[in-house]
Amino acid sequence: MSAGSAVLAAATIPDAITFALAAVICVVGALGVVLMRNPVHSALALVMTLFGIAVLFVEQDAQFLAAVQVIVYTGAIVVLFLFVIMLLGVDRRESVLADTFRGQRVVALVLGLMVLAEVVLLARTRWTTGAHSVAGPLNGPGSNVVKLGRSIFTTYLIPFEVTSALLVVAVVGAVVLARRPGLHDVPGGSPDPDGLDAAGGGAPDATLDGGGAQDGAGARSGDTVRSGDTVRSGDTVRSDTVRSGDTVVTR
Amino acid sequence: MSVHASWYLTLAALLFTIGAVGLLVRRNVLVMFMCIELMLNAANLTFVTFARALNDIGGQVAVFFVLVVAAAEVVVGLGIIVAIFRRKVGTTADDAHLLKG
Amino acid sequence: MIHAAFLIPLLPLAGFAVLAPFGRKIGNPIAGWIATLLVAGSFVVTILVFVALFRLPPDQRSVTEHWFTWIGVDRLQVGAGLLVDPLSMTMASFVTGVSALIHLYSIGYMRHDEQYAKFFTYLNLFVFSMLMLVLADNFVLSFFGWEGVGVCSYFLIAFWFDRADAASAGKKAMIFNRIGDAGFLLGLFLIFERTGSFTYTTVFARLGSVGTPSLVAIALLLFLGAVGKSAQIPLFPWLADAMAGPTPVSALIHAATMVTAGVYLMCRINPILHLAPDAAHVIAWIGVATAFVGATSACAQSDIKKVLAYSTVSQLGYMFLAAGSGAYVAAIFLMLTHAFYKALLFLGAGSVIHAMDEDQDIKNMGGLARLMPVTGITFLLGWLSIAGVPPFSGFWSKGDVLENAWAVTPALWAVGALTAALTAYYMGREYFLVFRGERRWVEARPAAAGGHGVSDHGAATRADLQGAGMQGAGMQGAGMQGADGPGEDVHASYTARGLHPHDPTWHMSAPLVVLAALAVLGGLVNLPFHPSLDFLERWLDPVVGATLLHHHFSTGALWLFSIVDAALALGGVAVAAALWRRRSDRPALEPRFLFMAWFVDAAEDRVVARTGSVLASLTASVVESRIVDGAVNGVASLVRISGQRLRRLQTGYVRTYALGLTAGVVILIAYLLVRVGS
Repeated sequence: MSAGSAVLAAATIPDAITFALAAVICVVGALGVVLMRNPVHSALALVMTLFGIAVLFVEQDAQFLAAVQVIVYTGAIVVLFLFVIMLLGVDRRESVLADTFRGQRVVALVLGLMVLAEVVLLARTRWTTGAHSVAGPLNGPGSNVVKLGRSIFTTYLIPFEVTSALLVVAVVGAVVLARRPGLHDVPGGSPDPDGLDAAGGGAPDATLDGGGAQDGAGARSGDTVRSGDTVRSGDTVRSDTVRSGDTVVTR
Repeated sequence: MSVHASWYLTLAALLFTIGAVGLLVRRNVLVMFMCIELMLNAANLTFVTFARALNDIGGQVAVFFVLVVAAAEVVVGLGIIVAIFRRKVGTTADDAHLLKG
Repeated sequence: MIHAAFLIPLLPLAGFAVLAPFGRKIGNPIAGWIATLLVAGSFVVTILVFVALFRLPPDQRSVTEHWFTWIGVDRLQVGAGLLVDPLSMTMASFVTGVSALIHLYSIGYMRHDEQYAKFFTYLNLFVFSMLMLVLADNFVLSFFGWEGVGVCSYFLIAFWFDRADAASAGKKAMIFNRIGDAGFLLGLFLIFERTGSFTYTTVFARLGSVGTPSLVAIALLLFLGAVGKSAQIPLFPWLADAMAGPTPVSALIHAATMVTAGVYLMCRINPILHLAPDAAHVIAWIGVATAFVGATSACAQSDIKKVLAYSTVSQLGYMFLAAGSGAYVAAIFLMLTHAFYKALLFLGAGSVIHAMDEDQDIKNMGGLARLMPVTGITFLLGWLSIAGVPPFSGFWSKGDVLENAWAVTPALWAVGALTAALTAYYMGREYFLVFRGERRWVEARPAAAGGHGVSDHGAATRADLQGAGMQGAGMQGAGMQGADGPGEDVHASYTARGLHPHDPTWHMSAPLVVLAALAVLGGLVNLPFHPSLDFLERWLDPVVGATLLHHHFSTGALWLFSIVDAALALGGVAVAAALWRRRSDRPALEPRFLFMAWFVDAAEDRVVARTGSVLASLTASVVESRIVDGAVNGVASLVRISGQRLRRLQTGYVRTYALGLTAGVVILIAYLLVRVGS
């Protein structure tokens, strides 16, 4: 039984209805993320879920967070997802029903249900220690923003600063990661797997598959098929250089 | 009837589970990522619920930070995905198994 | 003066310390003289200490010289020090005395050997060890000496290590010794466990609190050590094989000193034997049985040294008979006289061997008495002593032993008496075959054909000039006919070459004479006629008096014993003369059974050695290859196979890793649920 039931605002029918609707939206959205074949559809379903969550935030007196959720999460992160989906190309071939790994689905479902059961059980046990809050009360005078702000900039100042540093680092990292290899591109070759050779400015590391067909990837025209490469049926291998003695595995 | 905190928690658990199963089942990298976001949101919901139940703004502070970190994580993660799977069509998470033992 | 006792073992040790690194450089003959003089010096000090001890009143004749604490671990406190008392000084005196004589003898005997210095190095080390054994004041230090003499015995038996028979004889001696030593060690452990100490005086004082079964066990275990060291049944075969070593070694170690260490031990632990009569009986019976087996085996040997070896086994049996009967004085008396006449006999045999150009087969000898008068006469005296002919020393000492044997039970006396007759007989057989009768060898023709007949060293002319029987400094080449070197094929073409036997140099003859004198006169030490004449018994009284067997025979009975002893001895002499003076070959009297020493060695080989090698090959083939290698390879296979199985976890696929993660999460949450409870 969760403590502090007296703290709850008087629940009313509108609250209940709101909760129900928001819950449905969340769950449907979640299922949509998981079950849709087209990743763009998945992204849109995610948006649905996020909106539902935002509504639930408002319900729980976390108005600021609801706003931030919509602006940052829905407005920035999901958009980012969509950019990348477009960049990488939409792949509709993934079959949702079958799985390449035997038993993966079954095990996943079982584990998922177990997690669900456990968390629900956890939710029902008494967790509170009765200690006073460090951050400050939720209820009381003042707007939600004020209280949140006060807490962040006083009690949790250092995490705040660290987080800003984290953001800077993330930006730098993203820029570095996403750069094209540039000058050292072997003609017709795909980039080396970690794309970092440009950082050092040196020739591609001999141990990497730089310039060659990557193991597991399909060989494209102009690629050099090395021994051990996997050429999928349906791939077109044109004017390739297969060295004598190479083993080309077809899967 | 009152909307008890436990309902919210149950909802959050459900979302988390769906996200977890989705992560394990889907092969498209981006969809897997989205499932992660789903799980994060479920956690956020839990935090906010407890913030209200325990009259502690610390829960909302936590959500604040989770949000920021999630954003940073998405940025970097997508950067990596882009770097690995650039210009390849139909790539799945299964293709990055070079570390196979 | 008593406190100079530390010099007794120290001088030979100093000899070893000098000769071991520098011996080869010091060379022939100085190294030998250094060794001899140091041992002689040790003998002098021994006599001085002996006299000093004699000057003390009898109840104070036990002086302990403590040097330092050797092992100090909690309850286990073992010191290093000497116990100067009548028994140890008696032992030390004849050990150093006979050793000095044998050192002198060796200077002549080993003269042509290239490892001359090494011989004396080992000899000195041996003397040191033997002295530590007899002078020690505690069991552990004695055991140190015990092991030391065993090791030196190995070194010296296998001195000519490139001869297969010598090398394997050394090993055999070592192994038989070790078996005995295991018993000794167990006895030591039991002593410490029961009495808490190793020091002789302390242990004997505390015997009252030890139960009889423990005492019997201790006595028998220590006796097992003695059985190994002193070549009793069943651990005697090594002694005959040990004759492969140089003759001075046989004389010193395997006649006079090392093999007597077992007897010394039995006499030293006389308080224990007194309290464990069952053990003493066992010792007496094994002793007399060994005496009989040894004597019968000696009757059929044809190697001059092997006769003496089995004779030693037999005489040692007598000593254990005496010790087991509680007649410790008689045991020591016999040990003393035996040292004299057995060393004499061995050294005489060595002289003969040299003269016969390394041939040791008595069937090839004969008629040497005229040509080698000194050797012949001393050998004769030695024979008469060991035979027990009055008034030589053996008569008195053996008589003592037999009397005391009767006092325990007449059966022991009977076997002992029979053996005494055999002793006279087989030694007589040897004497006659070697020194009397017709010559069964070819004499070298004087100057006829070049370098014929004498030695490979081409000293024919010199030998001819000197003729037979001359001693003196110029005997270099001719005296030592053929080097005692390793690897010479000594059995080829003796008769072809011809021999020129004569007495050896003074280095070798002088000890013979001295020992002969001691053998003749040694009986004076303990004459039974009058209480004032049994010096040895009174001298040893502080050590063994309390436990000595006292018999009360009437004077008439004593005379009867003496007459019977003399009769047995003379009878044996007469039979030997009758049978062997003229003829040299009587196969009926030399059956194979006796030649092979009752097949004890063969039996032990079959039972123990073959079993051992079967077990060894079994272990090698089954245990080693299947179990041990299997285990080791199994571990490797296990690692490999588990690696192969575990490798499947490393799929490289993110999703399977995620699956693992999720499973872990499930488990963690379950744990939390359980722990936190409701």
